[in-house]
Amino acid sequence: MTARYLLRFGTIGYLLMVLLIPVGLVFYRAFQHGLGPAWDAVTTPGAVHAFWLTILIAAIAVPANALFGVALAIALVRHRFPGHGLVNALVDLPLALSPVVVGLALALLYGTGGWLGGLATHGVKILFAVPGMVLATIFVSLPFVVREVVPVLREIGTEQEQAASVLGGSPFYVFRRVTLPAIRWGVAYGIVLTMARAIGEFGAVSIVSGRIEGQTQTLTLYVKDQFDNFDFTGAYAASVLLAAIALITVLAMSLLKPKDGA
Amino acid sequence: MAITVVEVTKRFGAFVALQDVSVSIAEGSLTALLGPSGSGKSTLLRVISGLEEPDEGQVLIEGRDVTHKPSRSRGVGFVFQHYAAFKHMTVWENVAFGLKVRKRPRAEINERVHDLLSLVQLEGLAKRYPSQLSGGQRQRMALARALAVEPSVLLLDEPFGALDARVRQELRVWLRRLHEETKVTTIIVTHDQEEAMEVADQIVVMNEGRVEQIGEPRELYEHPANEFVMSFVGPVNRIGDAFVRPRDIVVSLEPEGSEQEAMVQRVVHLGFEVRVELVRDDSQHMWAQLTSEEAEALELQRGLIVYVQPRHQRVFSNK
Amino acid sequence: MATSPTVAAAAPGRAKSLAGAALGRGILAGYLSLIVLVPLAALVWRSGQDGRHAFWSAVTTPQAVAALRLTLVSSLAVAAINAVTGTSIAWVLVRDRFPGKGLLNAVIDLPFALPTIVAGLTLLVLYGPSGPFGIDVAFTRVAILLALLFVTLPFVVRAVQPVLLELDREMEEAAASLGAKPTAIFRRIVFPNLLPAILAGVALAFARSVGEYGSVVLISGNLPFKTEVSSVYIFSHIESSDTTGAAAVSVVLLAISLAVLLAIGAFRRWRDEA
Repeated sequence: MTARYLLRFGTIGYLLMVLLIPVGLVFYRAFQHGLGPAWDAVTTPGAVHAFWLTILIAAIAVPANALFGVALAIALVRHRFPGHGLVNALVDLPLALSPVVVGLALALLYGTGGWLGGLATHGVKILFAVPGMVLATIFVSLPFVVREVVPVLREIGTEQEQAASVLGGSPFYVFRRVTLPAIRWGVAYGIVLTMARAIGEFGAVSIVSGRIEGQTQTLTLYVKDQFDNFDFTGAYAASVLLAAIALITVLAMSLLKPKDGA
Repeated sequence: MAITVVEVTKRFGAFVALQDVSVSIAEGSLTALLGPSGSGKSTLLRVISGLEEPDEGQVLIEGRDVTHKPSRSRGVGFVFQHYAAFKHMTVWENVAFGLKVRKRPRAEINERVHDLLSLVQLEGLAKRYPSQLSGGQRQRMALARALAVEPSVLLLDEPFGALDARVRQELRVWLRRLHEETKVTTIIVTHDQEEAMEVADQIVVMNEGRVEQIGEPRELYEHPANEFVMSFVGPVNRIGDAFVRPRDIVVSLEPEGSEQEAMVQRVVHLGFEVRVELVRDDSQHMWAQLTSEEAEALELQRGLIVYVQPRHQRVFSNK
Repeated sequence: MATSPTVAAAAPGRAKSLAGAALGRGILAGYLSLIVLVPLAALVWRSGQDGRHAFWSAVTTPQAVAALRLTLVSSLAVAAINAVTGTSIAWVLVRDRFPGKGLLNAVIDLPFALPTIVAGLTLLVLYGPSGPFGIDVAFTRVAILLALLFVTLPFVVRAVQPVLLELDREMEEAAASLGAKPTAIFRRIVFPNLLPAILAGVALAFARSVGEYGSVVLISGNLPFKTEVSSVYIFSHIESSDTTGAAAVSVVLLAISLAVLLAIGAFRRWRDEA
């Protein structure tokens, strides 16, 4: 009996120390001097631009990874092809790889002297501009939709699709009316995870963006910048905004989570 | 002929699922593809349906060569062992699916779905989801769904395999009645010989990718072409090179001719039927099938010495 | 069951659908290559561009080695701690019942949803110079551990939870009926069944820790030889235009990531066999 209470309060204590109190404190510090200063800090031109840039990048990265994620999942589960293992590895790699390495890789590819460095000389600016940041964000948020849809596809099996096919459905009709509805919650959950990762990206975009304030700063970069400039209220306020988005994400996650708690 | 399969061969890698299989199915008939696991019966059904393509041979439906046509243009209906219900759609939407694909007018769909649900006795459950139905109900829904598009052929892949024995029994009878009413050419795959015998006009016995025999149930039972068919379609005793049905072993208390002596080892009462396990004096084991009256008349019990005479022994030439 | 691998295999004009499938696969391959494969290839290429010796000396400078050692040791420590805490948290969430459990369960995902830079800031606020509890571990190795524990919190928990949920209670009941005490049941019945999942979660936590940047960069102070981890080392060498140095160490981290992925794959296969 006591073991259970020990375990319960031990884990709650751990969570408090490592997770809950720190996050709570940031909220406190942000609003320490009142709502006014916090609001002012978050509505500076730099902050507003950073916010919209973050949204823009996410608005490109998330649908791209959702679309290709579903397609990749179907290819991995329903089709056999050589290079299966390689595709699996590439999809999972962003989960295990340092964002700094990602940023460097992109900088080397698109920078001067890189294999695609020629694009810049033809006016297509990738590095130190939004396209580079979009590519970095797509890289780091790639796995989530795929990984959430794959087990669902495995579980539902092919029989419903076969039945729909015999009943007269073209492959696209079958996909739209049978496959997609069956995987929609997996896709939704994956999209939430993708969005969270895209909005929260820091290390990779830090390198590819050049961190030019007002032009290539996302909200996360803005936090760091304000911190470096000792504008703590600004940093906390932007952090609170990001934390609020994170809390909404967590709420969405717990609502959409597949039943096995994965 | 509604369906003709001509010398179809199908391989999965090194495994040969079907080898030179030829079958003719008459219009309006109910044919069973009967065989053990791995015999190729499901593969044959799927080749007919278009869910698999043969490596060699042809499939003709109502005279048309459909060998390379996709399943959706063959005009077949398919029912899966595990229902393949569209889980996210209601019963009504499931049954209406094929009609919606063909873009039939709303009124027509409504009427047809309603009629079909009555036919399969699922009226009132139209708004339910498959997860809220029993196995038997789901399978009836699957049947209605397949029939909705008025297929020229109905294909059933072990349709009752996932159901309880009782429900299986009921649905067998129900399927036969449905067939008489709709008169759609039907092929059912089963590994249960009792089911095949009970339901089908014609049985195709398959083993290891080949057709062993085709015929009416009675024909197969009384004139099996080989050992496999004989043992699969009914119980069998092997005595030396010969095969004898338990029902054909005559048990008597007095020798009258060429009977041999045997001892009763065990008497098992199975309701109407009595199973008598015997061992002959040359150590040959066998069992005889008697009615309970016959057994009672002989006062059979363990240890009793009796005389057995096998009738209708069949010897099959080796392949 | 001999089912077709694809629905499209039954399609008409097989040639047409095969061409369509090939096109689709080409597009997917192109996407993956452009986004992931080609940049990493460029990285590996650049790291070796100045020759094998340049690569090797870049990787073996004292500072690089110190950073790598610190990174690996911290990550291993964090992985080990998570093995215990993560399993305990999963146990409490699955087996225990108390008000607010649902909320706690949702909160576990917070470190995943929260941007790493914000995580770093929150830890600095609490455990740094102006922290309310008087604890100041900023610019120490403890700070690194704290940051890593924060961001890797969900991994073992979420890996173990589904396995624990699905675990057949009857095994434990059978053991109890045979006389085993709760600790013995855990040790001999539950733990062996959880082990593959724990290891998969630990490996993921390890990989994440090795590459972690945003949360560590604020609180650790990034003092070379003391509190500089490899990701920070790489970043600073990019800033100082030592591209070879940065690329070489990056390739080391990439290799570690790939090795860990292989291990995770093996643990997952092991778990699925069980």
